[in-house]
Amino acid sequence: MSGPRETEGRDVVLRVENVWKNYHGHHVLRGIDLSVDSHEVVCLIGASGSGKSTLLRCVNLLEFVDDGVIHLDGEEITDVRADPDDVRKRIGMVFQSYNLFPSMTVLGNITLAPRKVHGVGRARAEEEARELLERFGLADKAGAYPDRLSGGQQQRVAIIRALATRPRLLLLDEVTSALDPALVGEVLEIIRELKATGMTMVLATHEMGLARDIADKVCFLDGGVLLEQGPPEQIFTEPRLPRTREFLRRVLEARRV
Amino acid sequence: MTHPSGGGTADAPGSPADAYGALADAYGALADAPGDYSEGGWVKSDRQRERERLRRRRDLRSSSVATVSTVVFVVLVVSVVTASPGWPRVKETFFDLGQFTGAFPDVLAGFLLNIKIFLIAEPLILVVGLLVALVRTLHAPVFFPLRALAVLYTDVFRGVPTILVIYLVGFGLPALEIQGVPSDLATLGVIALTLSYGAYVAEVFRAGIDSVHPSQRAAARSLGLTQGQAMRFVVLPQAVRRVVPPLLNDFVSLQKDTALVATIGPLEALRQAQIHAADTFNYTPYLVAALLFIALTIPMARFTDYLAARSQRRRGA
Repeated sequence: MSGPRETEGRDVVLRVENVWKNYHGHHVLRGIDLSVDSHEVVCLIGASGSGKSTLLRCVNLLEFVDDGVIHLDGEEITDVRADPDDVRKRIGMVFQSYNLFPSMTVLGNITLAPRKVHGVGRARAEEEARELLERFGLADKAGAYPDRLSGGQQQRVAIIRALATRPRLLLLDEVTSALDPALVGEVLEIIRELKATGMTMVLATHEMGLARDIADKVCFLDGGVLLEQGPPEQIFTEPRLPRTREFLRRVLEARRV
Repeated sequence: MTHPSGGGTADAPGSPADAYGALADAYGALADAPGDYSEGGWVKSDRQRERERLRRRRDLRSSSVATVSTVVFVVLVVSVVTASPGWPRVKETFFDLGQFTGAFPDVLAGFLLNIKIFLIAEPLILVVGLLVALVRTLHAPVFFPLRALAVLYTDVFRGVPTILVIYLVGFGLPALEIQGVPSDLATLGVIALTLSYGAYVAEVFRAGIDSVHPSQRAAARSLGLTQGQAMRFVVLPQAVRRVVPPLLNDFVSLQKDTALVATIGPLEALRQAQIHAADTFNYTPYLVAALLFIALTIPMARFTDYLAARSQRRRGA
């Protein structure tokens, strides 16, 4: 794992500069600039299709940018000579639809990457996985297959799976959007706990309550443009731009219904 | 939504209005005595007992109707066949008991060769099919020639009839007179069947690999697994599980196609039957061979059905 890079006294983990992404001639990202410091939690908000997920997928090199650069710990990962597998080793990602591997148990899901990618021995990988499961209240599910778990449990396992490789940066892509409202709480609980442990995270989320709670920085995306960013108290109470105000007003209205 | 019980629906047991009432009663009971629920003291209601009695009667009626219609159908078919003008002649040439017992040992001995061909060809086909399917998923430019070869292979061998492949391999391969090329007819038959079926099985595997949702691959890659690791640990285990029923179906087909090897000469079941039939101009030995093949393929077919039903159930669960 490479060490932190100091920039102007700050420890910058992720720096996104002027990133563009097109799908079939449609601009999904239009010149995004974003910087994430170590231990910082950044929430991306915005309507569906505003580019939140695409930005996360570009950071994880699941998609390749069409222009611009992305630095991870000062190293340019959008360099065509960079090894995507090596970059992904250092970034954890959690998906909206959990994407657990149905052919493996919970323990198998969590230990796969430590064992096969990071060369950790089976016994140690399993011990660490059990510790994590214990910590997040899933100790009794180690031997279960994903289809026997509730959505909330599956998503918690997916988060643990991403944590098991001790990533430098954790990307969470609308991790509560597929969940029954009654199960959202247990997943948010884990995310709050991660924040407390100082994990560097970027979240795409529709949970404004969560964003207000844990974000150090909230970024509002609209039509592939990062329109406004700032601390949550500013974004949520006195947004500068009419578009941001309009979006927040609509979200709050939907909540009331 | 309006209440569904109108003037049209009589309040027979089980009508929506009734269920509504029962629900209200249950709630009432729950409010009155909450302890009743937790103690699990469920006594079957009269309504439920009546429901089960009606259900049993209906089931009994369906099975008797099925039995009667089957008997009628069989009697009809048998009488049409036996009443046909050519029946005595057909009976003599296809259903001769003496011929049957006479040919049985030879045909059975031949059939053991069919089983042997099948048992050797099957694992080879699985290996070839899986390798070809995997080669087609390789994207690195170095592998272009391999990938092109895999595409060519499946195109050619799926296009050429199996019997032609057997001819070409059986007569063409030894004719090359290359050192080490087997001349044993059964071995050549195995090679031909492997080439022909390998192409089908490769496509079955490829369909299975393609059927695994891309999000699974994305999750694997996001954990840092390489393309090969993602294939081996995440995609392939799911793909193989899904294609077991279609693979078994191909193997049922392979079992009977071992008879095509007869065309190049080894003494398997069909060939033995041919020899007996040529001696006596009686076709009963073919019936022997047919029965032996059926005895082998039916259990396999039922097993395939069972697996398919099981995976259906699992997906529903």
